Amino acid sequence: MLYKPAPLHIPDGFLSVTIAVVSWLITIVLLGIAVRRSRGELGERQIPLMGVMAAFIFAAQMINFPVAGGTSGHLLGGALVAITLGPWAAMLVMTSVIGVQALLFQDGGLLVMGANILNMGLLTALIGYGLYRGVAGRSRSARLITTGVAAWLSVMAAALLACTQLWLSGTSPAGVVFPAMLGVHALIGLGEALISVAAVAFITQTRPDLMEAEKVRARGGYGWVIGGLVIALIVVVLSPLASASPDGLERVAEDLGFLSIAQASPYEVLADYLIPWLGESALSTILAGVIGAAVVAGLAYLIGRSLYKPKKQEA
Amino acid sequence: MQALALDPYRGEKSLVHHLDPRVKIVITITFILSNVLLPDGAWLAFGLSWLLVLAASHLSGLGWGYVIKRSFIALPFALAAFTIIFTLPGRTLASFDLGPWHLSVSDAGLLRFVSILLRSWLSVQMAVLLAATTKFPDLAHGLRHLHVPAILTAIIAFMYRYLFLLTEEALRLMRARAARSARSPESRNVPLKWRARVAGNMAGQLFLRSHERSDRVYNAMLARGYQGQFLTINPHIMQRADWFAIATILLALALIQFAARWGILL
Repeated sequence: MLYKPAPLHIPDGFLSVTIAVVSWLITIVLLGIAVRRSRGELGERQIPLMGVMAAFIFAAQMINFPVAGGTSGHLLGGALVAITLGPWAAMLVMTSVIGVQALLFQDGGLLVMGANILNMGLLTALIGYGLYRGVAGRSRSARLITTGVAAWLSVMAAALLACTQLWLSGTSPAGVVFPAMLGVHALIGLGEALISVAAVAFITQTRPDLMEAEKVRARGGYGWVIGGLVIALIVVVLSPLASASPDGLERVAEDLGFLSIAQASPYEVLADYLIPWLGESALSTILAGVIGAAVVAGLAYLIGRSLYKPKKQEA
Repeated sequence: MQALALDPYRGEKSLVHHLDPRVKIVITITFILSNVLLPDGAWLAFGLSWLLVLAASHLSGLGWGYVIKRSFIALPFALAAFTIIFTLPGRTLASFDLGPWHLSVSDAGLLRFVSILLRSWLSVQMAVLLAATTKFPDLAHGLRHLHVPAILTAIIAFMYRYLFLLTEEALRLMRARAARSARSPESRNVPLKWRARVAGNMAGQLFLRSHERSDRVYNAMLARGYQGQFLTINPHIMQRADWFAIATILLALALIQFAARWGILL
């Protein structure tokens, strides 16, 4: 078999409906912004460019190099494509890759695709572009080191979020999934980092025009740098914490009521969250659900908006 | 081309192949949603859902074996859920020592694990059927009808066209690397850094080739009158059979959900 499934693609059935839906909401809002943004940037050019680049990521994920003992390093590609094409384009490209992998090859589920896109497409683009933009125009070694760090962190961030989703869904116990997944992906991330650094070095050398500092900066505002740094910091602080003392994490989530919400079916969640002054009618239940969804979507939208680059004067 | 073998579409003339792609997408997603909504241990409902898949794959003319053979792709992921057997609190069924750990299998944990596997396995089967009975361009068009943004459906339709070409190119690069590496790449004499750099150069080269190809493709499209949108000659109009299929399946899924909860009450 030519096609091998990757470890981070969560299949259907492994996430609770609530987690799957919340992930979809965040993904849809961010993708909506990405669709609008990239249309303005590239116009009708974007479809052939992104379509072919999505096929490139799919093919590049097959390139591997032997590490040791039968394991091999290979590429996820989110950080690489964000560094080379910009964050919005990277989001669309990675979304297409994950969508086609799920639709054609059942690698990753359909209902949980929102979570997979969020983990492997959106988060990796944010870290990859955010960190790299911070050093655009600096020395070559600064750029390459940042590329490596961003690539490694992007894999760790994707794994951390996937663990959290699995754990909140009641599929995997925190005490096992965090140390195991993060440990494995710390190694997988090294392969990602090595390939990404070499690829960016190769592209910069062969086509320096694609990687000019001015061009890199034009693809997104300074908000990306802050966003990338914040996520990177969260990953750096939370990963060892989650691996070392998952029990603490479990207790916090239990106290806040996250676990019961995430594992219950949506109708049970709504039943728990009736709006008091409307009484226990079907209407108040539906309203509670709508408000909850709107809050999540609104938050995601605000975060997305803050990433906007201030519009240039077009005269 | 070796990469063409990747395409999961199997052309047959069957009822399932002829259904509108929209209908098949909606049925697949609803079926998966129904599986995920089933409570742990709703064996009757899981069995009925499987019957539904079996009926659909029989009607598709692909034979019983096709879907089952391809349904194990998600199996390695079961490892992520495996340890729930030992950690979910419940009545102890069996316990044993494994090295430094004392493990005890709980009934609730085992129930959860088997249920997760069944949900995943059933869902994958329907997704396999969707990919095997629908041409990818039709699938992308169906998604467009379901209000997925036009840019995304256009990108994935495009991606599908170049998927096999670029996969073939990646395989060619790897073959060239193998042909030029007289020493086994696993050999200690070849440092890891060098191996990684070669893989990275290959990725970079593939990136540039793809980038330049997209330029050529765009120019060729302009030459043929491309104005930023795709046109299709397949209008995809819902037929009576489509409505019938979707109504039947939705009714069956509602019954399965009912059976699951009723079965629990008993």
